[in-house]
Amino acid sequence: MTTVRCAVAIVGSGAGGGTVAQALAPLVADGKRVLVLERGPRFRDEDFTGRELEMAAALYADEGGFLTADGAMTLAFARGYGGSTIVYTGTSLIAPERVIRGWEVPGLDHADVERRSRKYSAENNVHLLEAERLNQNNRLFVEGATKAGFRAEQFPLNLRGCRGSSLCNLGCPNAAKLGTNRVQLPSAERQGVEVVTRAEVTRIEERRLHLVVSPRPAGGKGTDPEWAPGEYLVEADQVILAAGALGSPPLLLRSRLPGLPGGVGAGFTCHPAHILVAEHLRPIGNDVGHPKSFFVDRAAEEGYVLETCMYFPFITAKNLTGFGAPHSALMRAFPRLQMILVLACDKAVPGNRITVDRRGEPVVHYRFTPAVIDSMIRATRASARIFFAAGAVRVHAPSADPPLLEAWESDRVDQRIAARHFRTGTISISAAHLMGGCAMGHGAADSVTDAWGRVHGRPWLRVADASLFPDALEINPYLTIMALADRVAEGVLADQGAR
Amino acid sequence: MATFLAPSLRPRFRALAASFVPETAAAAPAEWAALEALVERTLAGRPAQLRRRLALFIRVLDLVARLRLGRGLAALDEARRAGFLERVAAAPVPLLRRGVWGLRTLVMLGWYTQPSVTRAIGYRADPAGWDARR
Repeated sequence: MTTVRCAVAIVGSGAGGGTVAQALAPLVADGKRVLVLERGPRFRDEDFTGRELEMAAALYADEGGFLTADGAMTLAFARGYGGSTIVYTGTSLIAPERVIRGWEVPGLDHADVERRSRKYSAENNVHLLEAERLNQNNRLFVEGATKAGFRAEQFPLNLRGCRGSSLCNLGCPNAAKLGTNRVQLPSAERQGVEVVTRAEVTRIEERRLHLVVSPRPAGGKGTDPEWAPGEYLVEADQVILAAGALGSPPLLLRSRLPGLPGGVGAGFTCHPAHILVAEHLRPIGNDVGHPKSFFVDRAAEEGYVLETCMYFPFITAKNLTGFGAPHSALMRAFPRLQMILVLACDKAVPGNRITVDRRGEPVVHYRFTPAVIDSMIRATRASARIFFAAGAVRVHAPSADPPLLEAWESDRVDQRIAARHFRTGTISISAAHLMGGCAMGHGAADSVTDAWGRVHGRPWLRVADASLFPDALEINPYLTIMALADRVAEGVLADQGAR
Repeated sequence: MATFLAPSLRPRFRALAASFVPETAAAAPAEWAALEALVERTLAGRPAQLRRRLALFIRVLDLVARLRLGRGLAALDEARRAGFLERVAAAPVPLLRRGVWGLRTLVMLGWYTQPSVTRAIGYRADPAGWDARR
């Protein structure tokens, strides 16, 4: 085993880790070593082919098929240089004031989160896509939402040079999406921060990390690891966990650090989602252009958000209810399908939590509360109205039986789409906004960290990812993760300056 | 590592696949090979217990079909097999529903990721985006 010394070790390189890495880069000029340890590989530009199968296998944990303990929901999260910022769509929203206030974290106020979010919005070229770049899938959403009485808002996006491949969720093949893999991490590396990929942290001890660096598998995408494959012990003055909600809490749990707050793993939320499709009579542009340009935010009023989306053939097939001829007929209509992603704003509840199995791997226990099911039903009804208002001839609603609603049934949406049809194992539900497990809060009795991400009772250990969220964010989370990570880095800089 | 699709299981799996995705009934040998290879590869990365459970689930489905309908999955005509699977997929027992969901998802993974299939359904996404449509 090789021992490496550093001032700061950052575990993970996504929205949190990448942000912290850049913010701490000035330490390097002061002669301090800063390491980023990323479990996944460093992909080369040519690795991003946009092909569903190979990209899902390369980018996502369990090839995108990570399931909750009861098998009822798929959780999507990426591993690689840039973490899940490789695979998001670049939607960049600032956390709502009411959400941050509702978290009730002493020392965390919305004005601070907003200020830092705006800083990273500017750094990542966040802007509204020009009208001529919007595809028909998005235009139909706006048209349908407006006719149905909903307010559609345009997503600010962190793009530069977008060619409209529609392949954001498979990693942009044109390097146009400004995730941490394109902005913060390269900046950090230019300033001397070292990023080690294919480096899995297996255990934490007091200011020490046990680490395994793996070789690139034969024929695998990405570069070779920066360090020789083998086992390492990293000794660090400060450790920052930024491995995401399914990375940081499991690492703490399997490490069994004595005296850790009991809330590690608790409070898991994820915005459970499913894809709705509707069939039009004519082809619509759904597989060209940015896929997620608009949304309807009903989080505060009805507990859901609707977003435009476009998914790839297998993901679409998987999300359609049922099988056989009706399913095939809908798949053959692919160029005529309009798509909406429905997200329920869940709440942190007892029992929904992350644990680890005997091997130390994450296990997610998640139960759909009546409130979440209610939100999904309302969201599905709203989507059906939007689809029909946009001219769809039939709508596929997983919470209807049979799931296909014809246009002549458009005035029976409330009767046809109902909670009694929401049955796990029949409906495909997935989530990509994985939050909680190391919640910020007042003290060790009710949380894991303070408002600056410092683990209670462990001044050398911080968390800087979505696991900090004490409850669901109710919007796409990456900009808020960056804002919180910026606070974490500020705390580290203050500590390092004081040493 | 033991394969999931043992020779005794393959005809039943293919019968299930034909019900889940009817186009597979007319699949070319190369398409079947690609589908099954992908299923094998996907399951190879999962716990052995999951592979065993799925294989057992297929055998149980086959047995129940024999007991209830007088024929195994591979010998049933398409309409009866589809009806049988729809009943299992709507069963009150979540485990049964999830079993069918898991198998159908595997078949769809093996089918709807094949380039010939995605072309056939009209999927045209291209890294060149808008430029590819001009």
